[in-house]
Amino acid sequence: MSEYPTNLRYVATHEWVKLEEDIVLVGISDHAQDALGDVVYVELPEIDTSYQAGDEIAVVESVKAASDIYAPVAGTVIEVNSELEDAPELVNESPYAQGWFFKMKADDPAAVEGLLGADDYQKVCETEDS
Amino acid sequence: MPFIPHTLNDERIMLKAIGVTAIETLFDEIPEDLKSGELTGIPEGISEMALMRVMNERAREDTVKLSFLGAGAYEHHIPAAIWDLVGRGEFLTAYTPYQAEASQGTLQLIYEYQTMMTRLMELDVANASVYDGATALAEAILMAIRANKKNKSRRVLVAGDLNPAYLEACRVIVRNQGIELEILPFDESSGLIDSDPDNQDFAALAVSYPNYFGGLPDVDSLTDWAHAQGALLIGVVNPTAMALLKPPGTWGESGADIAVGEGQPLGIPVASGGPYLGFMCCKQAIVRQMPGRIIGKTTDVDGNRGFALTLQAREQHIRRGKATSNICTNQGLLVTAATIYLSLLGDVGLRSVAIRSHQGLTGLTGRLSGIDGVKVRFPGPVFHETVIQLPVNADQVLAEMAHRGILGGYDLGIHFPSLSDCMLVNVTETKTEQDLTDYVICLRAVLDSIPC
Repeated sequence: MSEYPTNLRYVATHEWVKLEEDIVLVGISDHAQDALGDVVYVELPEIDTSYQAGDEIAVVESVKAASDIYAPVAGTVIEVNSELEDAPELVNESPYAQGWFFKMKADDPAAVEGLLGADDYQKVCETEDS
Repeated sequence: MPFIPHTLNDERIMLKAIGVTAIETLFDEIPEDLKSGELTGIPEGISEMALMRVMNERAREDTVKLSFLGAGAYEHHIPAAIWDLVGRGEFLTAYTPYQAEASQGTLQLIYEYQTMMTRLMELDVANASVYDGATALAEAILMAIRANKKNKSRRVLVAGDLNPAYLEACRVIVRNQGIELEILPFDESSGLIDSDPDNQDFAALAVSYPNYFGGLPDVDSLTDWAHAQGALLIGVVNPTAMALLKPPGTWGESGADIAVGEGQPLGIPVASGGPYLGFMCCKQAIVRQMPGRIIGKTTDVDGNRGFALTLQAREQHIRRGKATSNICTNQGLLVTAATIYLSLLGDVGLRSVAIRSHQGLTGLTGRLSGIDGVKVRFPGPVFHETVIQLPVNADQVLAEMAHRGILGGYDLGIHFPSLSDCMLVNVTETKTEQDLTDYVICLRAVLDSIPC
């Protein structure tokens, strides 16, 4: 059974978002890592690059698929989780903590409020599975 | 693996099941401007009998005794063992199964090939090959655009002293990708391109070494120029030459990023258009943008050595529309020939082929300089090919030499109007002293017969 922490916001494309002042921390959900299988590589964005919400920003490769990760809100990348370069398995082992992907400075932090809550995101996942 | 074609009846049943009237309608979603339309340049099919007649007539024209024709494909000695081995059923009829790991022998062979190519190019990784040298360059250009994330430019500089057939193939392949190819003109006196610090904002630079004219541009400064502009450097190289000259991985301060070329000189006979073999190597840092298959070595659950397709998430069966390439085949049989060729020759043998080819060309150009009005067009060092300027247009000289049994070279006027009195002449280790003497006698006689 996948976990859906209630302190996070989600996007239907399976990214989770944690807002800390005007900085958003982004990763992929427990449900997504489970569906992908063993993650073997994460292609992270370049620091200082700006994205609009919905832009392709990263790629996650597992043994069976490669999936694009989309920017959940508009903003500029300020930090990436370089530990994933040598240890992509952190995405599977710890999707909500050590397996984070990148941090963005959000253009409009309030936009995060418009994303899905844990219950609504869980419904999205359950609809996909059924 | 049986091949089971579907009959018209099968097609009818399948179309009915999905509610479609004709197969063509399945392609309706492709925008009209992307469809190539009818293939007007290709004639209607003909019967087997008529085809045999045409082919026999063409074969009878092929009576030339000696060839000094290079221009991208080179006649080297091919040890008899190569095609005897390649022709064995295990290699000749093998198709990589969809569960590729079931064919450990095929995968090991490709792995050995990749290892040899990386050593020859002094780069980190090689793929399992692509169609030919020209498509390898086109794939390298697309790859460089993908790999160069720091540089937003979609402009690629391509050396004007590169094989014109490669340039044509690249234009066709990248023309719908929003990529701008800019050809850097070569210097009319040296035949080489040079770095140009004023030319900025490009994602990649493709250079040829040796170049189309056999000459050797300053790849160290070209590589450093590209890197200083935040661009990647693509080296198009002759694999035989790399046994003697500087391999791409060692160019400039940090080496070429991608090396590609035509693998034909490695044990594959010269033929009209192929099949040939495109090789492709790159630095480890950009391997995820490399197209094609890559075979890796691994260990199985019992600790035994095994071979597996690796980094498959780049490929179209997994990555779908965002795959690194939609041409995911490789030239398996020709890779087999190249691998056996390199194994039989070894590094010493390959170097010896390169040296003897170079010496042969030097010997020929020395003799040619004794003919009035004949001279080497571009001074400076060359590998095994050079441009010879004649007192008359090259086309008529070459036609007359062919009539006398010698393919004397390639008419450069076809692609370069300013070089219409020039021919591109190649010598490999296959040519004897007598062959070179015969060439000189033939050319002298032909020039004497043509009024200047």
